[in-house]
Amino acid sequence: MVIVLALALMALDHRFYQLQTLRSVLATVAYPLQVAVDTPIRLGTRVLESFSHHEQLVLENRLLRSELLELRARQLRFDAVQAENDRLRTLLHTATQAPERVQIAKLLAVDLDPFRQQIVINKGRRDGVYSGQPVIDAHGVIGQVLSANWTSSTALLISDPGHALPVIVARTGLRSLAEGSGNPRRLHLRHVPPQEDIEAGDLLLTSGLGGRFPADYPVARIVSVEHRPGAPFLAIAAEPLAALDRSREVLLLWTDDSQPEAFREHALE
Amino acid sequence: MSSRTALPVPVLLSLLTALSLTIVPLPGSLAYARPEWVLMVLVYWGMAFPRRIGIATAFLSGLFLDVLQNHVLGQNALTLAAAMFIVLQIHPRMRVYPVWQQSVVVAFLVAFVLVLNIWILGTTGYPPESALYWLPILTSAVFWPPIYHLLRDTRRRWLLHLT
Repeated sequence: MVIVLALALMALDHRFYQLQTLRSVLATVAYPLQVAVDTPIRLGTRVLESFSHHEQLVLENRLLRSELLELRARQLRFDAVQAENDRLRTLLHTATQAPERVQIAKLLAVDLDPFRQQIVINKGRRDGVYSGQPVIDAHGVIGQVLSANWTSSTALLISDPGHALPVIVARTGLRSLAEGSGNPRRLHLRHVPPQEDIEAGDLLLTSGLGGRFPADYPVARIVSVEHRPGAPFLAIAAEPLAALDRSREVLLLWTDDSQPEAFREHALE
Repeated sequence: MSSRTALPVPVLLSLLTALSLTIVPLPGSLAYARPEWVLMVLVYWGMAFPRRIGIATAFLSGLFLDVLQNHVLGQNALTLAAAMFIVLQIHPRMRVYPVWQQSVVVAFLVAFVLVLNIWILGTTGYPPESALYWLPILTSAVFWPPIYHLLRDTRRRWLLHLT
């Protein structure tokens, strides 16, 4: 009887998304356990940090300050360019790009299945996180939220073998899909015919075609393009720009169109 | 009645510890060698108190584990309940085995659970392709003797009155 119950649960969870509430409730119960595992590790790093050298801190501070200055200067130009872009777009009668909002989320130091590429973050539906939401860091795309619980959420990394991300090559505009490989430093591009113009060093951006990710966020840089004789497509490997396996903090992205609201209303019904 | 069905506190604590150990981050490739803590703790208590700790306990801990590891709901619940069923069948024999022989049985149980898991992963998503997937069979067997002694001492100190 228990086996039938378990099979029914799995079928329901996998095929239909009926069990999202049950999962949320259980995950909320499980959250203290995750925090209990995470806390000593976080305290340990904090103690190590407080023992680091004064000189080192001063050096780091100086570096950060110069970086901030540089980024501010760039931001000045960016604002002007953005305004110009909006004006030109109105002239052309095309839609202006929706403004975006970000929020920092911390990773919980817990391990999931070592064969899947997933992370747990400390923001949940309470903070407006919805499933399917893009997750990025300072360098590029990290992944998307897989299941949003009340206080925490699980995100799927772009390097998971079950994840594919619509991308374009920045230099040529060639569209493709970047699939995960199970290795956090590798993505694969499939179904690119050998006559296409694509080479190592090319930058991949999100194309925005999947509807999940906004366009033009950097994803990865191509490291090798190989044409095996007889193979119909090129074997292309790319390295993600985001530090998928090293970052402690990630950014959650809200694009200010009506999609998340609609999604949340739908989920509430 | 409720005192009969409720889990004794040491059992509950050991299960919670096993669940936490399952998600404690391990560096790099050590993560592949993580023993099946929850299964081992369940095996011990199933063997010690077959009338109290049974399939329902295994099912609920499995459900909890599913949420912690973000698997399909019911995956670990099913596999742990099935393993518990076997434990309940063979517990009189297992009790009289020397510890190393129990380790072998635990290795078989872990292998059984892993086979069920890889079937479920194969039908619902992406089964792991690496042979490292089977490493917990070995590590669980190695870790069984210390777990056994620890839990036996716990039982002798706190739970002598139970059957």
